[in-house]
Amino acid sequence: MNVDGLDSLDRRIVVALQVGLPLVPRPYDAVAESIGAAPDVVRQRIVAMQGDGRIRRIGAVPNHYRLGWIANGMSVWDVDDARVDELGGRVGALSEVTHCYLRPRRLPQWRYNLFAMVHGRDRGEVASKVAGIERVLGAAARAHDVLFSTRILKKTGVRIGAAPPEGRRAGDAGPAAGPIHRPARAGSAQG
Amino acid sequence: MDELDRAIVDRLQTGFPVCERPFLEAARMLGTTEEELLARIERLLRDGTLTRFGPLFQIERMGGTFTLAAMSVPEAHFEQTVAAVNALPEVAHNYAREHALNMWFVLATETADDARDAVRRIEARTGLPVMMLPKEREYFVGLSLASLR
Repeated sequence: MNVDGLDSLDRRIVVALQVGLPLVPRPYDAVAESIGAAPDVVRQRIVAMQGDGRIRRIGAVPNHYRLGWIANGMSVWDVDDARVDELGGRVGALSEVTHCYLRPRRLPQWRYNLFAMVHGRDRGEVASKVAGIERVLGAAARAHDVLFSTRILKKTGVRIGAAPPEGRRAGDAGPAAGPIHRPARAGSAQG
Repeated sequence: MDELDRAIVDRLQTGFPVCERPFLEAARMLGTTEEELLARIERLLRDGTLTRFGPLFQIERMGGTFTLAAMSVPEAHFEQTVAAVNALPEVAHNYAREHALNMWFVLATETADDARDAVRRIEARTGLPVMMLPKEREYFVGLSLASLR
């Protein structure tokens, strides 16, 4: 169930908080002051956003690598469409799976529809967790792969604009420069 | 990381209070002072142990979308492409992965059209195709990972 967007005060609160909570003794008062609202109203709105799930949680967002979770594997599975909902629920329920999603296939280059994230101290630990997923999926999984991350390139989280979508003009042309990558010759575009 | 750092990282991933002096309340729970807790969080952010401290928003509950996207980026242009992709505020996170599709990022947008617009801008800027894999169903999302010893 979706909540119907954001009113203007909620939007100002989200925009002020998406970079992080101010590190001062009264952070919600600081946010309230910056957006010209009353502190108790701002706190009520935040609690309401937690209540309806617009805020998933409030607290520390760690860099997993720095906590010792060195091996981060995105396991991807080609699972029978007729069984994927039942099996996705069972894979998601495994304690070693931190996220589990259904996504579309993009044939011919991408055949996998079930995604399950697993973390470990090393790749061997990830491999044994992946073997656990394989046991759950059995013959319903026709193929799978594990894509290990090698580097976090960005991790800022959600950044919405100060204006609502209908108030913005689509089609920002972006920089005038040409594309970074130009295939050397037509017909030889493989990477 | 000492014991207090671990306690901050492990015990403050969820449930940070919403009250007038939340750092004071959290500090009492951890057996430290408000001043010390603020200083520790600042340091954990500075040294990269934490990427952020604050709310995690679920944009889908605001009517928006999270879209996973993947690209196959030639090594020679990898860093330039990272800079171009990361420049978009819609890109919430981005990971390098070992695969022919070697860059995987998530677009958090208020509408599905905004995600498609962002992809078109990335394709125009980089000259490379983007494969979009929007979430169709979420079977499970965990809230936190504890620090390892």
